[in-house]
Amino acid sequence: MIKVVFFANLREQLDTESLRVDSAGVSDVRGVIGKLSEQQGEYWLELLTGDNILVAVNQEMVNHEAMVDDEDEVAFFPPVTGG
Amino acid sequence: MKMKSPFSHRSQGAEVAIRISVREDHFDSGEEIKLLHESCNDVGGISVFVGVVRDINDDDAVSGLYLEHYPGMTEKQIRSIVDEAVENWDVRAATVIHRVGQLHPGDEIVFVGVASSHRSDAFDACEYIIDFLKTRATFWKKETTSRGDRWLTTRDSDILAADAWKDQY
Repeated sequence: MIKVVFFANLREQLDTESLRVDSAGVSDVRGVIGKLSEQQGEYWLELLTGDNILVAVNQEMVNHEAMVDDEDEVAFFPPVTGG
Repeated sequence: MKMKSPFSHRSQGAEVAIRISVREDHFDSGEEIKLLHESCNDVGGISVFVGVVRDINDDDAVSGLYLEHYPGMTEKQIRSIVDEAVENWDVRAATVIHRVGQLHPGDEIVFVGVASSHRSDAFDACEYIIDFLKTRATFWKKETTSRGDRWLTTRDSDILAADAWKDQY
């Protein structure tokens, strides 16, 4: 399984903090998004592919082409505002 | 936007004392400066930045600020930003403390302290660290105002500040 986590307003919009996705047929971030939209609907596709949404795999920033393996953690979040 | 200072050389072979803490508890700036001073030799100057929760933002009165973060990733990113500063300037010791959770106007949110042999390295490394913490570190702020709660978005000025360092590469 792939663990997927969400933060900040994206988490609120999806009303989901985290969930698990079967890794079968998923090899990259795009695949994770695809699987999530299959399971959760168009709204998820729209939000996750939004202009400003950032992605990390195993706590490293990546783009949508990044590979994702079974047991990886994938995080989606809006632009950061710390400091 | 002022020009960012060029990178100086890094001191060879010396141990750098680095301390990073992401937590809910408040910090004592005076205590942290003292710790920086005590943690290394050859200190000529210590530069400090302390970030404070504003009580007005975009003309709305702010009554609260909630800081969310990505445990694990946030600390790693701060560490890599500090490592970059150590790579590019003469840093003897550096401390970054960032609070998370529910904060209020006037609360101190973040402490960045850098000890160097020379003041220009201390100033520049400190500025570098806070500029990149603001645009890279996985924190998100949610303000409570008289008009309701809102998640903040990255400021253009913060992006410009981080980008200005890229001219040095």
